[in-house]
This record gives sequence, C-alpha cells and structure tokens, in this order.
Amino acid sequence: MGEGRGEGLIFFNSVKVPTTQPATACSAPAADCADVNASCRLPLLTLFTGAAFWLVVSSVFALIASLKFHAPGFLADCAHLTYGRVHPAHLNALAYGFAAQAGLGVTLWILAQTSKARLALPVGAFVGALLWNLGVLVGVGSILVGGSTGFEFLEFSQAGSVILFCAYLFLALAGVLTFSKRTEQSGCVSQWFLLAALFWFPWIYTTATAFTGCMPVRGVMQSLIAWWFANNFLFVWLGLIGLGSLFFFAPKYAGRPLHSRQLALLAFGIFVGFGSWAGIPASAPLPAWIPALSALGAFMSVVAVLAIALNIKQTVGKCLCTRSEPIPKFIGLSLPFLLLFTLGNAATACADVAAITNFTWLTPALTQFGLYGFFATTMFGAVYHIAPQLTETEYFCRRPLKIHFWLNLIGVLLLVGALAIGGIKQGRALGHAATPFLDVTRATLPFLRVSTMGDLLLLLGGLVFLANLGGLLFACCKKCCGTKPEVSK
Amino acid sequence: MLRHETGGVQVNRGPVIFFCAFLAFEVSFFAFVVMPQAQIGRQPLAAVGGVADAYPAARPGEARQGAEIYRANGCASCHSQQIRQTGINFDVVLTDAGTNHNAVLTAMDNHLLHSREFALADVTNGLPKTIFKGATTKAYAEDLRKKFVAAGAKLEVRVVPVGPDIARGWGLRRSVAADYLFDSPPLLGSQRVGPDLANVGLRLPEANWQLVHLYNPRAAVKGSAMPPYRFLFVTRKVGAQPSADALVFPAGFAPKVGYEVIPTDDARAVVAYLQSLRVEVPLFEAPMAAPAK
Repeated sequence: MGEGRGEGLIFFNSVKVPTTQPATACSAPAADCADVNASCRLPLLTLFTGAAFWLVVSSVFALIASLKFHAPGFLADCAHLTYGRVHPAHLNALAYGFAAQAGLGVTLWILAQTSKARLALPVGAFVGALLWNLGVLVGVGSILVGGSTGFEFLEFSQAGSVILFCAYLFLALAGVLTFSKRTEQSGCVSQWFLLAALFWFPWIYTTATAFTGCMPVRGVMQSLIAWWFANNFLFVWLGLIGLGSLFFFAPKYAGRPLHSRQLALLAFGIFVGFGSWAGIPASAPLPAWIPALSALGAFMSVVAVLAIALNIKQTVGKCLCTRSEPIPKFIGLSLPFLLLFTLGNAATACADVAAITNFTWLTPALTQFGLYGFFATTMFGAVYHIAPQLTETEYFCRRPLKIHFWLNLIGVLLLVGALAIGGIKQGRALGHAATPFLDVTRATLPFLRVSTMGDLLLLLGGLVFLANLGGLLFACCKKCCGTKPEVSK
Repeated sequence: MLRHETGGVQVNRGPVIFFCAFLAFEVSFFAFVVMPQAQIGRQPLAAVGGVADAYPAARPGEARQGAEIYRANGCASCHSQQIRQTGINFDVVLTDAGTNHNAVLTAMDNHLLHSREFALADVTNGLPKTIFKGATTKAYAEDLRKKFVAAGAKLEVRVVPVGPDIARGWGLRRSVAADYLFDSPPLLGSQRVGPDLANVGLRLPEANWQLVHLYNPRAAVKGSAMPPYRFLFVTRKVGAQPSADALVFPAGFAPKVGYEVIPTDDARAVVAYLQSLRVEVPLFEAPMAAPAK
C-alpha cells in the first residue's frame, strides 16, 4: 500500500467521526508516521523475511510428506526424511516459523501504529527476531534428527523451546512497552486482541513445556495438556492476532469506523473465555467431563466468531474479497475461513460427529484450515500492507500479489477440501467394521493425491510471497545505497 | 485511563486487558490442568484379581527404548493407540449344565430364538458356551440367567464391550487413562493412516513378522501404504554361518542370494515395544469379561 493510505487512523464507535474523507490521511503529522515505520523497519523486516522463508521450508516438507502417499518408498531410506519426522517438521515450521513470526511482526506494527509511538526496544526486538529464527531452526533440526517430544505442536526439543521463549520475551516486551508509551489514548479494539495475545503465549507455552517436558505429569495428563496447548496456540493465540489484525485492517480498507465497539469487546470476552476450553477430542481416554466441557467451549467460540463476523460485515458492507486490489481481497477472505474453521471445530467436538471424524484426515484438514486458510491469509494481507511502508518503496508490479491470492485460495481449497471429504469417507468406512482396513486406506488415497496439488500450489504461493518481499527489500537496499549521503544512521 | 465519550466507555488500559486475559487463562488452566490433575494425576495403579497395584506394569527396558525410537520416528503421526467403544453388551454363558440336561435343553427351546443350533452334545461338552450374545441391558441377561438356574444349570453374564474398533479386533475394551500411567510421553496419536496399535502385542505377537513388516511392509501386508524402515536394518553378506538373527522373509521377498538382513538394536527395541502394547485387563471404569484362557 502506498504512503497515503491512512496509517494509524484510529476508529471509534462511540464517537461518530465524520468519515467523508475515508481513511486516506494519517491523523498524526506525516513525520510521526514515517518515524513509527522507521523504528519498526529492521526487526519487522527480519520477522517478515524469516516468516516467508519458513513458509517455503514448511511447504517443501509438506510436499515431501504428501508425496509419500504416492510412493511409500519415496526418500524412505533417509531416516531424517521419514514421514513421521517430515510431517511434524512441516507443521512446526509452519506454526512457529511462519505463523507465529508473521503474527508477532504484524502485532508489533499495529501496536506501534495505534499507539502512535515508535517501537520500543527496536534493538531488542531485532535480537528477538534473530533468536526466534534460531529457535525454529534448532527445533526443526531436532525433529529431523529424531529429537521430537512426541506432542503435536510441541515437538521442538527443549533447547529449541527455550530459545523460542527467550526470543518471545524480547518481542513481547517491545510490544508491551510500545503500548505503554502510547501517545494516542483512545483505544482501538485491535489493541485488546493483540495485547491479550502477547500475554497469552508465554502462559500457555510455559505451562505446556513444563508439564510435558521438564517436570512431566503422569500418563494421559501430558496428552491432555498438549491438546489444551495446541488449541490455545492455534485457535486462541493465532486467533487473537488474526482478529486483532482484522479489526485494524477491515475498517481501514472499508473506509468506515468499526460498527460496534461493545459487540467487539463482548466477542473478545467470549473468545478468550471459552475458546481456550476447546480442543480436547471427544474420544480421548479421559474422564468424560473433560471432553464435554471442551465441547461447550467449542460451541461458545462459535458465538464469539459469529459476533465478530457480524460486526465486521456491518463495518465493511460488501465483502472485501470482491475488491480488485489484492490486499483487501486477502483480508476479506480470511473471515469466512475463520467461520468455517470454528464451525468445523464445534461440529467435530460433538461426540456423535467425533465418532466418525476422529482419527481421520478431517482433523489435519481443520488444522490446515485454521493455519493456512484463516491465519496465513490474514497475515499475507497484513504483511503486503505493512512491508512497503517499512521499505518505503512500492511494489514493482501488483500482479504477483494477485497471483499469490489465487494460488493461496485454490491451494487451501484443494488441500482442505480433499482432506476433509477424504476424511469423512475414511471415518464412515472405519466405522463399518466389515470393511477391511486396507480398503479404507486405499479409498483415501485419491483424496491425498488431490491434496498434494494443494500443497504444490501453496508452495508456489509461498515462493511468490518470498519473491514479493525480496523485491521490496531489493528496491529498498538499492534506494538506500543510491542515496547514501542522506542516511545518517 | 477510562474515558467517557458520549456514553461509550473507552477501555484501553493495559492492566484491564491484562486482567481480562489473565482471568480467562486462569479459568481455562484450572478446568483443564488443575482439576484433571487432581482427578487422574495421582491415580493409583489398579488392583487385578485381588492383587493391589498390579496394573499397568512398567514396560521392560528394551520396550522402553523402543518407545523412544517410536517417538523419534513419529510413528504416532499415522498410528493411534486409543480404542473407542460405543457401548457394552451382555453375553450369557453356560458354564455348568448341572445334571438334568433335558431340562436345560427345554429351557433353551423356550427362551432362546436360535435354540435349534444347540444339541444335547453342546450342553455336555465344550463348556463354557455362549448361549446368548449381545443383550443390550443387564436386566435382560440376568432374567435369562435366572430361567436357566431353575433348570439346575450355572450361567454367567459377561460384559462385552462393542464398537467398530473392537469388531476390527484392535482391542478388547476401550482405552482409559489408567492404561497409560507409565507412558512418558503417551504416544496416543491422532490419526489412523495405519491401524490402531493399542493392542498390537496381543494381535501380532510374532517378532519376525513385525521385523519383516518394518523392513518391507508390503512383504507382510499386501498393498500396505506404510513406508519401509530399512534404515533400522543392516543388509550384509552371509558369513560362514547364516546369522540366527537374520529375518525370515516370505517367498519372493528374500534379499539377494548370499545376503541377509539383520535388525539393528533399534529395530529390535521397536518390536519389543510393539509386543508390549497389550491391554487385556478389565478395570472398574472399563469393565469387560476376562479374556478366554
């Protein structure tokens, strides 16, 4: 997005700001805006480039894992690339390398913008960004050499987790300090979501790594805590960041203030209050009240997400995805994805549905829907908006952004659609004991092969994303080198 | 700072947000970590047959090493270790026909739908014999039992867990928390790309079969989609004497003449772990008739 697109505009509901000049100008002096962006430049560009890099790495792992269903012998003699290692490496690189990293970058930027304050601790944040990448590298490496902990989304070895956690402290501290230095007092809804997210991660991460790693509880208690963490990470933490970004960008691109602050805050309460209960599979070998309570959480989070969807729908009017510019397309697309993801979670939390869908491909399909469909789509839009402001350059051409949008959309639909339909078929066949197990597996293979196409498109999308960022960085470097005398830093 | 602007409350203070989030987190933490820990975290070992603290038994050392290999290679990405059941049925089993066999046969004629299947020989030989399968209520099964007691026979009502997983032979009853007390990490898995392994030690106890299956899944199961784990084996030239450890392959899958496939310690450990996966003890929370001897 260009310079004049209205960075830092704060939206009130209670105060009806005349919006005849929709979101075109920074309400602060222009120097402030440029200042804020300049303070974010180094750490955020590091985070975004790192995120794009890990997205590509994770997609490559996903493709390798997927290809094993075409030929089980593919790369089978290399212990490091066996399915059981490549698959968790893909998920963790995607979750921590891409999603968390892009999310943290966007969080810091929005906090700085809405607070109209320069990023606090920019050097600390830069160190945090480097450390985070080191943590992901150590973690993914540990999975490939067989050091996985065996809990989904907590597979990183202890060394990796500790580095990640230290990196997180730097980044979160920068975010919280930026907020505390704010010069703009009137709050913005997205600050609620983003600040809560900054607090949320260290709580769930320390709880989960402590009770599954260094002072383990017994037996299935470990699995319970790992499930609880996975939901809190994927749905609540990433959800808070994604929704915080939506509440920032949707009114901005719609050129209107948020429909209702009160509704947004209510939805926030329900989302953190109940969303954090979901995620315990109905068939888990646990006392029955635990999955039942968890199902209640899943149902209630539908309420929260519906309230948010309604609020944003009322704000933007016609769907943003019908716009011709690519960035609002990304932003507009993520909300329907979130709705479907939440509805899917609630449906599979019902014991009767779970009896069919549990242990099938529907479970990873929903995870991918949340990660790629909702969160990554939001982040692509946000990063595409933020990055040119950080580099102070324009996209050479907008076409690659559009190409990325379509690659992403079709990739997600192919991947998730194929896995979901295959998963339901698989679940029904599994429930029919007379169907031999091999026939059940064989029936899912065509769907897995379609999902490989999805993986391929997402890999291409990731490459386009990396190239787009690379183009901006290149232009930025060229500009800086060209005007060396002016740069005093 | 709380600001009131035309009636709207502008809540944007950091501490307020912190406390809202913290409250939500604490409730969730209490419900899903503290409470379950209080209930099952200190669960004692179960008594079996009057012996206290008998179940589960810790796995032997080699099996524990095998669990590490299983974890490191992400076997749980494709194999779950949880059996589900949809309910329980009650079977009525004749254990002792008493002395008046004809009275028992008459009772069968009167009370059983498929009594023609039973002949006098069934009543006298091959006991215990299931005479009624799949009563959905205990009361029905007990009623039936009492009718035979009048004829002088002895019968038992057995609890039989049912469900697709059990019908597939993957397990005898559903998995419960007590089954995993010694597992760290518990490798429950979330997907069934391959079959469930909760009870594979009972189903497929033979070590050579397991090793061949690991080395070349399609040699053991035609059409299997499992990747081979050849990196857990060493293929070498046969020495003066063929090794006793070498895998015995089914026809058509043997290595080249003059070569043999030897499992590494890791492969042996995984197989020891798989053999140790067996859930055959009835528990208070997961009742079932003791498996037939």
